[in-house]
Amino acid sequence: MMSQEELLNGLRRTVEQVLKAPYYQKKLAEVGIHYAGDIKTLDDFRKIPLTEKEDLRQNYPFGLFAEPMDNIIRIHASSGTTGKPTVVGYTREDIKLWARIVANGFRRLGITSKDVIQVAYGYGLFTGGMGIHYGAEELGAVVIPMSGGNTAKQLMIMRDFGTTVLCCTPSYALYLGESLAEAGISKDELKLRIGVFGAEPWTDKMRKEIEARLGLTAVDIYGLSETMGPGVSLECLKGIGLHIDEHFYPEVLDPQGNPLPEGEVGELVLTTFDKMGFPSLRYRTKDLTSISYGTCVCGHTGWTMQRISGRVDDMLIIRGVNVFPSQIEEAILSVGGIEPHYLIIVDREGPLDIMEVLVELSATSFEDEIRELEELQSRIRQRIENITGLSAKVRLVEPKSIPRSEGKAKRVEDRRKGKI
Amino acid sequence: MLQLSVFLENTKGRLAEVLNLLAEFNVNIRALSLADTKDYGVLRVIVENPEEVAAKLKDRNCVVKLTPVWVLKVADKPGGLASMLNKLVAEGIVVEYMYAFVERENEQAQVVIRVRDVELMQKAIKKYNLE
Repeated sequence: MMSQEELLNGLRRTVEQVLKAPYYQKKLAEVGIHYAGDIKTLDDFRKIPLTEKEDLRQNYPFGLFAEPMDNIIRIHASSGTTGKPTVVGYTREDIKLWARIVANGFRRLGITSKDVIQVAYGYGLFTGGMGIHYGAEELGAVVIPMSGGNTAKQLMIMRDFGTTVLCCTPSYALYLGESLAEAGISKDELKLRIGVFGAEPWTDKMRKEIEARLGLTAVDIYGLSETMGPGVSLECLKGIGLHIDEHFYPEVLDPQGNPLPEGEVGELVLTTFDKMGFPSLRYRTKDLTSISYGTCVCGHTGWTMQRISGRVDDMLIIRGVNVFPSQIEEAILSVGGIEPHYLIIVDREGPLDIMEVLVELSATSFEDEIRELEELQSRIRQRIENITGLSAKVRLVEPKSIPRSEGKAKRVEDRRKGKI
Repeated sequence: MLQLSVFLENTKGRLAEVLNLLAEFNVNIRALSLADTKDYGVLRVIVENPEEVAAKLKDRNCVVKLTPVWVLKVADKPGGLASMLNKLVAEGIVVEYMYAFVERENEQAQVVIRVRDVELMQKAIKKYNLE
């Protein structure tokens, strides 16, 4: 268990590290913090302004890195609120630390070097694939780096290689489960025992469905690239919540930024310990949860968070990809001649998230030839795909047909709620 | 001549609503065509004073457009339309869409034609004295 002094020492190390970035020097100077030594109490620490995605955007791409580029060996990124991604960097030690954190979490789940771990998260700028990959290797397990997609092959390899642990988004896990019959594979031919699923919100109903279809125990993993990637917290088999790794200091704040007591739901704010390339200082996750401190029978001592219950902003997670309504707006407006009135409808068709964007046509963009209208639709669709990386269905609608409330259009209709 | 086009969302009763508006404005439809897709349609009509009607529809939140088209007489007999189109094709004209109607007073068959290249069409009209 971490003492108050150990906690403060850890926070001071992080403050010292972020102060290498001029942006943080200025930001912290404004609240009277010039050296790590100025953090004498937890209240001093709580004076530090929160960090947001916007801070990353303003310092795009590498402005918040706390180590020279020579020491950075890996870059990851996630989508920002506008066209620019938010970029993070890792030193060699950071990558090793991340691998140890993921491996420790896996160990608590009883995953060992004897397991065969199929990683069906996307590999790339997204942290999911490589984050889990390095953790699984650190554990000494056999790692199958499948990345996402290619479902029939995923299932064939799962059976033929004797995969015991599956890691992917919960919606893809469900899709894999539903595709078994089509691939001519029965659940009994598989050796799956544990599924580690994350990167998007899911429900208990979905968990039960995945467990039934694939014959495994499904657990939730949490993380975000701005604080590291997957592994910030991970459920154990006792099912009391997601244990937060000891390299993260969690705070749960109310909308005014005041700390909330244990068990109360608010925004999760994270600070990293001993992460050097891109240390996070009071980073606003925008995710809603509650936390509690204690010791679990699985061996974990420290903070445990509950499953994410929502978001404080309007970010959507569609097929594991972060999407902001402002990105859709940017895409629509870049086409030209279109009113900025749109409605994003997110739904789940079978196991897959689908996005439809209703766009109000204006007199200037209306051509009376169907061919021209179809071209307009396809231009908007293309722009949305370029900016968000997701395919969307675009539907042209009449002006003022999208409901307005208090003069402002409603941007999002999420019909996935209540569905598995 | 200017044709009036109206964008129609595929919702129940939307076409009737627009036609009711035209009735309210006391507009007589001389010719009409409806292009449809899965999600929306385009209503194309030939009316008197299309500019005025367009402005009134716009005030009532319709998406409208005035499109230059040609209204040509065709011989009301087998091969009448084909022989006219053959002439246009020979002049390199590409037809975007067309629809036909019969004028009541003299039972004259006519077609509304929208073409891609307006200049080519003007030349062809003159050459064959089509209007």
